[in-house]
Amino acid sequence: MKQADLILQNARILDPERGLDTVGDVVIRHGILETVGSRAPSPEECPDLEVMDAGGKWVVPAWVDMHVHLREPGEEYKETIETGTAAAVAGGYGAVACMPNTRPVNDTAAVTDFIRRRARQEGYCRVYPVGAISKGLEGKELAEFGELRQAGAVAVSDDGRPVMDSLLMRRALEYAQAFDLVVISHAEDLHLAQGGLMNEGAVSTRLGLRGIPAASEAVMVARDLLLAELTGGTLHIAHVSTEASVRLIRDAKSRGVRVTCETAPHYFTLTDASLEGFDPVFKVNPPLRSQRDLEAVRQGLADGTIDVVATDHAPHSSLEKDTEFEYAANGMIGLESALPLVLQLIRDGIGGPLEILAKVTCNPARILGIPMGSLRAGTPAHLTLIDPEQEYVIDAGTFHSKARNCPFHGWPVKGRAILTIVDGVVRYPF
Amino acid sequence: MAFVRKDLLGIRDLSSEEIQTILDTAESLREINLREIKKVPTLRGKTVVHLFYEPSTRTRTSFDVAAKRLSADTYSIATSTSSMVKGETFLDTIKNLEAMGPDVFVIRHSASGTPHRIAARTSASVINAGDGMHEHPSQALLDMLTIRQKRGRLEGLNVLIVGDIAHSRVARSNIWGLTKMGAHVTLCAPPTLLPAEAASLPVRVSHQLDTVLGAADVIMVLRLQKERQGQGLLPSLREYAVFYGLDRKKLEKARDDVLIMHPGPMNRGVEISPDVADGPHSVILDQVANGVAVRMALLYLLVHREVPPVRG
Repeated sequence: MKQADLILQNARILDPERGLDTVGDVVIRHGILETVGSRAPSPEECPDLEVMDAGGKWVVPAWVDMHVHLREPGEEYKETIETGTAAAVAGGYGAVACMPNTRPVNDTAAVTDFIRRRARQEGYCRVYPVGAISKGLEGKELAEFGELRQAGAVAVSDDGRPVMDSLLMRRALEYAQAFDLVVISHAEDLHLAQGGLMNEGAVSTRLGLRGIPAASEAVMVARDLLLAELTGGTLHIAHVSTEASVRLIRDAKSRGVRVTCETAPHYFTLTDASLEGFDPVFKVNPPLRSQRDLEAVRQGLADGTIDVVATDHAPHSSLEKDTEFEYAANGMIGLESALPLVLQLIRDGIGGPLEILAKVTCNPARILGIPMGSLRAGTPAHLTLIDPEQEYVIDAGTFHSKARNCPFHGWPVKGRAILTIVDGVVRYPF
Repeated sequence: MAFVRKDLLGIRDLSSEEIQTILDTAESLREINLREIKKVPTLRGKTVVHLFYEPSTRTRTSFDVAAKRLSADTYSIATSTSSMVKGETFLDTIKNLEAMGPDVFVIRHSASGTPHRIAARTSASVINAGDGMHEHPSQALLDMLTIRQKRGRLEGLNVLIVGDIAHSRVARSNIWGLTKMGAHVTLCAPPTLLPAEAASLPVRVSHQLDTVLGAADVIMVLRLQKERQGQGLLPSLREYAVFYGLDRKKLEKARDDVLIMHPGPMNRGVEISPDVADGPHSVILDQVANGVAVRMALLYLLVHREVPPVRG
């Protein structure tokens, strides 16, 4: 593939890792960032470089989504590594971390190997596999963390299912330290959630849908924080959706517990009121919560308690979604709708561009320990050119993902990725 | 007032004027059920499909009797499970049935919201005959019709709903309907059988039946499903009967002219004692009779709805 030779002139360069926010040029030669910010040599001096006038648009590190489901191997009718990563680069992402709930489960080096190989062959962006905490995601025995790590896994998680056994979670947080792996917790007490279909509250009462109390998440967040404290392990809480979770994590961080966490655009944009029409596109786990939870999540983003915005991109076909609400699968896609919703946080005053962009670039890269999320000269170019002012209506029909289960279909939004470079190669536009 | 709705999905969507129209229509159609020849040609040539994804005897029979008394052709499809088991979605089923040109689908489904999903995809009218724990609008309408017949009004009455409110679509529909018509609703149940944030509903809530019985003009007793004990919501059916079951002794605290209602089927000896169920205050069989009239009214109003003029 052709390495980019490109000058991006007059860009607003935003590199949250270094706190850099400046207007200038970016020079990429043979796919390597040559200069960032200083004035580029004139085109006459380097006729071998293509010149592009960024016109004040934003050059940022390529986004990193630390929570996606690519469905390959096993459910290729929903998504593949090829289509999922195409969706990623179209949405401004240069790297994704894919969860292990595939078929077979990514609980062995062989599956991790397979995912990495497919990603090299067919992927549009970098793919970092997340291995399972327990064999088969069954919550009984630890998976082989060491071999998973050697094969390229960057974290372990039983995402989609909680580790209900507290002792097993303790052992995971201990054992993972030998291989420098972060343990990602899907925090949900299944006894409390008990077959619930949506957030428990006034809306579930009106709709007659079994509720999942906010406490079913927070109870497990509290447990995992205590276990992280006990073991000294590195914990990351996935898809934080409740006020109590934010409060518990804020408190743990202030006491020095090694914990980070993420939320997803739907948790800071939508509430359970969206379920009034019984449309399964809004069915997700954790469920869309109350306005009060939404505001607490936004506060957590503002004060830094929440480190990361991930999409939890969860593709499903009409077989799983176009059905009775009760029987529909949980999950929403997010890779091609997240960018404008994240930029909206800046317009809403939740944080400045650097603070908000850190949550989709250097923060997830740091948590996963991957060489992404920055714009340092001398490194391979992973960058996204964003037009923050472009207004359009989200149309899931145009998505590159195989799936259409996007709750933001039809929303007027602002902000779009117009160029995504990964490993020095222009991967979007295709 | 003119009825313009295509579907009857829930009481919560209705205005008090619409409820009034349905009850008045039912009242006028009731007379047909007293004739020697109980049939009028109002829906001749119309097709009503009963689609019951959940077992039902009385509601299905009641809708069927109602449709036949109006001369509609009726077809019943009873299936205990989602069509997903057969490899097709319920929408495939609906599309197939719709191709046969029905005018009304009467749908019961154990999953809340399913009639709404179907209504959005078909040009036929949809009547919700009970969806999950969500709504059972025709039941609430027949309950309101019964109260109105016995008391002459709904406004200002105190209605006490006792029992498993959390899992009851009958309770939800009645809460919306009765409060829209100006009645005051009190819910009485142990906290484990109340829905989350019950205070968000337009009701009063009590956990002690003794303290709220006396003020009630109407007591609606809900069926207690026996599996609630196994689900850990109750220590025992026996204890439930002691504190929340309506028996003759508790009834001594009630008003002399109190009406006792039950949507059926009853668990005699659990939520209601046999002597109360069959006693002088009970209007349970009036409810059943009114069910036919209300369902006739719904079929009539939806099939003969006024189609609003197309704008533009």
